[in-house]
Amino acid sequence: MVLAFDAGNTLVWIVWVVAAFACLGSGLAVVSFTNPFFSALALIGNLGALAVLYLLLSAEFVAAAQVLVYAGAVMVMFLFVIAYLGGRADAPWAGGPSWQQVGAIGAAGAILVEIVVAIGLKAGGRLSHQHEIHGSFGSPRMIGRLFLTDHLLAFEITSVVLLIAAIGGVILGSHSRKLAGEKTV
Amino acid sequence: MTLGILGPEVSWYLAVSAFLFATGALGVLLRRSPLIVLLSLEIMLNGANLALIAFARHQGNGAGQIFALAVMAVAASEVVVGLGLIVAISRRNLDLDVDKLRTLRG
Repeated sequence: MVLAFDAGNTLVWIVWVVAAFACLGSGLAVVSFTNPFFSALALIGNLGALAVLYLLLSAEFVAAAQVLVYAGAVMVMFLFVIAYLGGRADAPWAGGPSWQQVGAIGAAGAILVEIVVAIGLKAGGRLSHQHEIHGSFGSPRMIGRLFLTDHLLAFEITSVVLLIAAIGGVILGSHSRKLAGEKTV
Repeated sequence: MTLGILGPEVSWYLAVSAFLFATGALGVLLRRSPLIVLLSLEIMLNGANLALIAFARHQGNGAGQIFALAVMAVAASEVVVGLGLIVAISRRNLDLDVDKLRTLRG
């Protein structure tokens, strides 16, 4: 039994290390690729690696939603728009004054340090012992029950947000079509 | 049936999420193509999502996962509006460069 637990633990560690490095590497690739098309492809890899991390945290439903909604729907939309606009290369280090780039790197580093310090101060000592969970934690049944009982307001507000975003997308699209028509006349 | 945790502790996941958030912030601040700025924003949102789910596992409470799903819906809405804006900008033959898009008059 102890041997089986150790083997399982080692396996989970290996999967975690692979997924975490894939996640961080593809995140850096998104920021550093010059071609937006390759950046979008790297983001798909990033989302897939994150879904593996969600599975390790026993969030099965969120992992499935991540793959379906993000890596499926949202990224297809991104790739369509990038293909529509044509892949215009944009080197990360080209143009713009160099103090802006140094400032950007400094600000990103400052955000990282701030997050680490804030979490370390607030929760540093209490992160090591974790609550036990039931086998159904993160299952669609639990998510559905929470959404329709404790978090019903959040569920309804989410639907309103999606509706407003859909209306906004239609308005933006039809407005620019009218402008293009005026220009040709 | 109760389950302990296998593999790394929650703090390791939080470290990954902090790095992801900082990487996304670097992309937002550094890049000038609005498409890549949107992609970097997605990385930032996903870093926050990973922290939410890690804390949900740590507390043994499902509210963090609910929050992560709500963030996902907001991210999808943001992508719809952002890509609509980018397509509208490119149809007016403006440069896709966030440094040059300074005024709201186009």
